[in-house]
Amino acid sequence: MNLTLFVWRQKGPEDTGRLERYEAGDISTGMSFLEMLDVVNDKLIKNGEEPIAFDHDCREGICGTCSQVINGVPHGPEGKTTVCQLHMRNFSDGDTIYIEPLKSKAFPVISDLIVDRSALDRIIQAGGYISVHTGGVPDANTILVAKHDADTAMDAAECIGCGACVAACPNGSAMLFLAARVSHLAMLPQGRVEAKRRVRSMISAMSKEGFGNCSNHYECHAVCPKGIKLSFIAKLNREFIKAFGYVAEKDSAARPADVSIAD
Amino acid sequence: MKSLIKNAAGRKIFMAVTGQLMVLFIIIHVIGNSTIYFGVLNSYADHLHAVPFLLWVFRLVMLTVFLIHVLFGILLTLDNCSARPGSYAVRAYRQSTFASRNMIWTGLLICLFLFYHLLHFTFQIIRPEVSAGVNSDAMGRPDVFNMLVMNFQHFSVTLIYILAIVALVLHLSHGIQSSFQTLGLNNERTLPVITKGGSIVAYVLFFGYIAIPVMIFIGILHG
Amino acid sequence: MILDGKCPSGPLSEKWDKRRSEMRLINPSNKRRYKIIVVGTGLAGASAAASLGELGYNVEAFCYQDSPRRAHSIAAQGGINAAKNYPNDGDGIYRLFYDTIKGGDFRSREANVYRLAQVSNNIIDQCVAQGVPFARDYAGYLDNRSFGGAQVSRTFYAKGQTGQQLLLGAYSALSRQINAGSVRLHTRTEMLDLVVIEGEARGITVRDMITGEIRSYAADAVCLCSGGYINVFCLSTNGMGSNVTAAYRAYKKGAFLANPCFTQIHPTCIPVSGDHQSKLTLMSESLRNDGRVWVPKKTGDNRSPREIPEEERDYYLERKYPGFGNLAPRDISSRAAKEVCDEGRGVGPGGRGVYLDFAGAIARIGESVIRQRYGNLFDMYERITGENAYRQPMRIYPAPHYAMGGLWVDYNLESNIRGLFVLGEANFSDHGANRLGASALMQGLGDGYFIIPYTIADYLAQRTPGTVTSEHPEFRRSRDERAVEIKRLFSINGRKSVNDFYRELGGVMWDYAGLPRSEESLKKALELIPRIRAEFWENVKIPGSGSELNQELEKAGRVADFLEFGELITLDALHRNESCGSHFRVEYQMPDGEARRDDENFCYVGAWQYMGADKMPELHKEPLDFENIQLSVRSYK
Repeated sequence: MNLTLFVWRQKGPEDTGRLERYEAGDISTGMSFLEMLDVVNDKLIKNGEEPIAFDHDCREGICGTCSQVINGVPHGPEGKTTVCQLHMRNFSDGDTIYIEPLKSKAFPVISDLIVDRSALDRIIQAGGYISVHTGGVPDANTILVAKHDADTAMDAAECIGCGACVAACPNGSAMLFLAARVSHLAMLPQGRVEAKRRVRSMISAMSKEGFGNCSNHYECHAVCPKGIKLSFIAKLNREFIKAFGYVAEKDSAARPADVSIAD
Repeated sequence: MKSLIKNAAGRKIFMAVTGQLMVLFIIIHVIGNSTIYFGVLNSYADHLHAVPFLLWVFRLVMLTVFLIHVLFGILLTLDNCSARPGSYAVRAYRQSTFASRNMIWTGLLICLFLFYHLLHFTFQIIRPEVSAGVNSDAMGRPDVFNMLVMNFQHFSVTLIYILAIVALVLHLSHGIQSSFQTLGLNNERTLPVITKGGSIVAYVLFFGYIAIPVMIFIGILHG
Repeated sequence: MILDGKCPSGPLSEKWDKRRSEMRLINPSNKRRYKIIVVGTGLAGASAAASLGELGYNVEAFCYQDSPRRAHSIAAQGGINAAKNYPNDGDGIYRLFYDTIKGGDFRSREANVYRLAQVSNNIIDQCVAQGVPFARDYAGYLDNRSFGGAQVSRTFYAKGQTGQQLLLGAYSALSRQINAGSVRLHTRTEMLDLVVIEGEARGITVRDMITGEIRSYAADAVCLCSGGYINVFCLSTNGMGSNVTAAYRAYKKGAFLANPCFTQIHPTCIPVSGDHQSKLTLMSESLRNDGRVWVPKKTGDNRSPREIPEEERDYYLERKYPGFGNLAPRDISSRAAKEVCDEGRGVGPGGRGVYLDFAGAIARIGESVIRQRYGNLFDMYERITGENAYRQPMRIYPAPHYAMGGLWVDYNLESNIRGLFVLGEANFSDHGANRLGASALMQGLGDGYFIIPYTIADYLAQRTPGTVTSEHPEFRRSRDERAVEIKRLFSINGRKSVNDFYRELGGVMWDYAGLPRSEESLKKALELIPRIRAEFWENVKIPGSGSELNQELEKAGRVADFLEFGELITLDALHRNESCGSHFRVEYQMPDGEARRDDENFCYVGAWQYMGADKMPELHKEPLDFENIQLSVRSYK
């Protein structure tokens, strides 16, 4: 089939960027969306033009690298899929497709369809973990976890950190991303210990990174390739309320070398 | 507390709590309004004003609640706008609604209307000639009933009220369920129920509020 | 040269304890003076960087992805093995060790594998403590399943996303150290060179993939955790970015590359649908528990599968391996599939596929049970192929999946270059000639969490920290060379895209050096690869410039290395005149078609040393001594 593409081209963060028109010819329905772009790029390269830069890696829907807004929907029209798992059979001959990068203040454009999502990593770094040392932990079966809790934690932990939720949110909020991490760890006894500190520091990191706030539009859930549930946002809110009055201490993941008993 | 006010997530909690208080107020208000059908509106109004001190305490509390809601609403919206520079060339919404995306506008409309409404029926500065404060009923009480009838016979007044109530319903159809989510008062099972319930409450309020001006305007309720 | 794996002496079960007790330690307050570079942030890299950072070392971590969480470890589906014996079904450290050695067709080092089995239990404990949501039973205990034909249930799993959950666990630990300031993270940064000064690894040269800047980092030791090289086949189950460059550049700087010909081909992947194919998707092997594999008996039978009557179908796995049937090990079923397709009996586009039929299972236990067991896999299959596998058989085909070979390391995970440690899939050490299911995750995390923290201390304790900086002439030379190389790539300005060459190489590797191999096919590959390489350096076109984000340039660098490395695989495969594990040479088979291993002549690790461009690399051997187990024929008949 033949398609008309309007693709966002932007040289770098300073460039203003614009939509450019490309014709994609001879596209087969068995191709994935990214393979369709590969075909377009191959032609561009051979014509001496610069190919469209886009992020991708595993191409099997789990690494969360691919990130495009297709016809106004992050990861495209199919729902519960990543761009790399979106196949051209979802489109028809003669379609016009708009391809844009994820847009949010917290995700500056690096080039074309590639954006910088390291803000999400920094939110995790702010406290999205269990502060466990390597070694010296109890046997895995010492602390029992109810099956329901383990399963719920797993549902939340499925988040691939692609940032589609942020791009879809009219407020550019990362609440679903936070909710997944906070809920996953708060569901487990190992993670409960630090639950208050975690939710507080992750939420302030989110604001600091320039993400917006949740006003419950639920666009995030609608585009989430893993279908992370909205109830986790409610859980995040509960965890946040539970953390009222918690006095934040300085994170003490300090290195042992800094704590010298000798002197 | 400080972190609650400074932190965006904390402000949202304030939004939800103040919103829910105001919804409660609105529900009580519409129940109060319904005394009109039993012919006891004036008596109800008179009783409300029985203890001026309590009335003023209540008014101040509501004013505070209202101001917090408006202030944080505006601040959060500004935050959200700046988190979202530029829009997509094509935008397809999958889940959000017209109501959810326009909370700030419906909110501001309601805010404007509230001024009008207070000046109109509470402080009776607008159209004082037909105000209840000036005219008393047969039992010597301020004639609220007649004030309503005289006002809603005018198309322009009725239209203002109907538009405001439309804005209110839009605001509530998203706001009610949203406040439950923000306060974490739901789970996977109850979320769809609360979402639907919130809309139903909003539409019930719509009919509850719209009934009086419409009935007066078309002449079902008359003096 | 005869290589020494430096395994400790003594009884197998005490070797690791013995080594640990002998190793030197570093004073806690001195640790921060040592800088360690960790390249790659997959299971091995993230767990190593986190553990070393926590111990107090000064760690610089690098990955080419935009976030450490995106390393390809994330795609592992099945699970992770451990010798916990929770189900009380007779498992134990020795049995896990034995199964892994046997699964690897007796081409791995006893001591390493035993240690892996020992630390396997600690890994599970560690992961649970980190919050990895492993599957649990109703009483709240961890659940296990049997995986990849193992006779015990020793596999821990988190839905079909075990790799994802384990990586996110390691990523969490890493994030914590980044927050604490003990690890500095460099994303979108690709290692282009290893810097060796006076025989010791002292740092790396990288390219910033956003600005194009070539930078160097000096350190006291370098850990390569850069994953496997199976993308040399172009089409594989690995991520698009997975590459051999980091390991290959180390090889060019003198590190030995061991057993490169041991490449695992996974039997159950979704077949290629056309020339545009960019990657292959793995379907969990568990499908073979209920699906029956078949092809038409006649060649070129184009009827739809449902029209082919029972007697005209060849259930070749059941026919050839009645004992294991459809559950025959990976290498055997992959080979059998390729054979029937090469005979012209394959199905689907290009005849590259075999049926995996669930009709019998659906009739027997009902569609709902099948849906319950494999629903997500059937959905995934439908998403990619547009076919409903409840109504018609799936088509599957083998695909390159994992590289057992890698940089040679001793028992301490140190390569022959001092100070260069290699962890995870990037090293060769634990899987021999074939890896068992659910073992890769175990090895990556074992190396990172529980081995490197000890062995690297032993190395560093003998050295003064910070004796060189990145301004040392060797570093400068390295940067200059890389810049020249990039300039050279741009100067070619030919007519073919990088992908054209990559596809060509992959095709040659698959057709002539894949599965099975013969002397003739390998020689053909050795003839073709240099031709492609020569044309690459004359006719490749890379648009744009080197001083910006340039994905074609990145790919060109990686493909250039694959074009050299493919030859090394072929050489290794050609020299290994036996069939073992994933390496099947048609000349070396039993009369019944089984692999004929040659323990007399090839019971060694073949480690290759780079001797210069266009020079024949030199082979070094590390003999494999089996003190504790009897070498047996790996038969699944």
